[in-house]
Amino acid sequence: MSLEPVVLFFVLGLAAGLLRSDLKIPGSIYDALSIYLLLAIGLKGGVKLAEQATPGMLLDGVLIIGAAILIPLVAFPILRYLGKLKRADAASIAAHYGSVSVVTFSIGVAFLAQAAQEYEGYLIVFLVLLEVPALVIGVMLARYGAGQVRWGRMLHEVFFGKSIFLLLGGMIIGYVAGPQGIAPLDNVFFDLFKGALAIFLLEMGLVAAGRLADLRAYGVFLIGFGIVMPILSASLGTAVGWMLGLSVGGTMLLAALYASASYIAAPAAMRIAVPEANPGLSIGAALGVTFPFNILIGIPLYYWMAQTIHQIGA
Amino acid sequence: MSDQNQRLLTIVCESMLESFLQEELPRLGASGYTVTDARGAGRHGRRGGAWAKESNIKVDIVCDAEVAQRVVDHINREYKQHYALVMYSTDATMHCVSAR
Repeated sequence: MSLEPVVLFFVLGLAAGLLRSDLKIPGSIYDALSIYLLLAIGLKGGVKLAEQATPGMLLDGVLIIGAAILIPLVAFPILRYLGKLKRADAASIAAHYGSVSVVTFSIGVAFLAQAAQEYEGYLIVFLVLLEVPALVIGVMLARYGAGQVRWGRMLHEVFFGKSIFLLLGGMIIGYVAGPQGIAPLDNVFFDLFKGALAIFLLEMGLVAAGRLADLRAYGVFLIGFGIVMPILSASLGTAVGWMLGLSVGGTMLLAALYASASYIAAPAAMRIAVPEANPGLSIGAALGVTFPFNILIGIPLYYWMAQTIHQIGA
Repeated sequence: MSDQNQRLLTIVCESMLESFLQEELPRLGASGYTVTDARGAGRHGRRGGAWAKESNIKVDIVCDAEVAQRVVDHINREYKQHYALVMYSTDATMHCVSAR
């Protein structure tokens, strides 16, 4: 099992941040890269969907989403009662962990490509579908029917915010155009993907380094949660993937999706719907602990879990 | 050319409030405003500006005193409690060319 090279760019960014290097990726480049990556991931998913879509996938989808709803519902009481966090903070963090990370998914895909392992391309659809239920559950856990919620604004942010909009838009274009239609764009969107992901990860390393410093103030509970929760969620993902008959690669990707915590869509949505929650706690745990854990240790671990369950099952 | 005495109201806040302000400022009577990206540090920690989720904006509004007060009241009521923001205002002279 070798380390995916793009991950080393994250480590480089992390080192630059921790060593207080003056390295800085301009905001406009970060924005351009994130637009590119979201479109590329969406296109790739849409093309795979055009090739693989079957009616049976609908039932799989219901089961995958149904199981994913358990994640924030398990995370909330752990945070609230074991971690003794305020209701709003516990609900917001639970929503972040129920939601998903596009970059973690992309690194999972890059890892599988390096291992020459096939996967069910339609899993990309769940990058979009898994975002929403967790955020809605998070808001409901924070409010329990009381208090005003800016539902309209929050859902607008989720659906029309850059990430879901571009993922969904790319997916529709990829689906409509199909593999032949997209072929002329392959040079830009697929061949350059890994290079763009590498520079993006350099920036994520810098951002995560800033968050690591904050985490010292929040204590060991949140650091422990940021490591144990993704392993629990990945175990659920591995079991669901195996039960649905996904390939080893597909099972690993589903585990990585369940294990990932959102740090782009969820922070914006929670800032709107649960503004009293401290964003430092949720982004600190999701980006400062879980994201580095997932890409450095988690993804190889989830790959091993997927291989093991398939071996035992066989 | 005629000079008019106005207020310059400046709001430094989390960039995620921009879309809300875009919608609300005209409703509160502001006929125009200017938004720029901002970096800095304050009670809510360092706002580096490199990453969109923790960046700040600076909103400048030139308006009459009544509109400025309405905007301040609205922002205090809606956002002050939970969002990183600071507001200040000063007298401003608009140097405008009158329309022919």
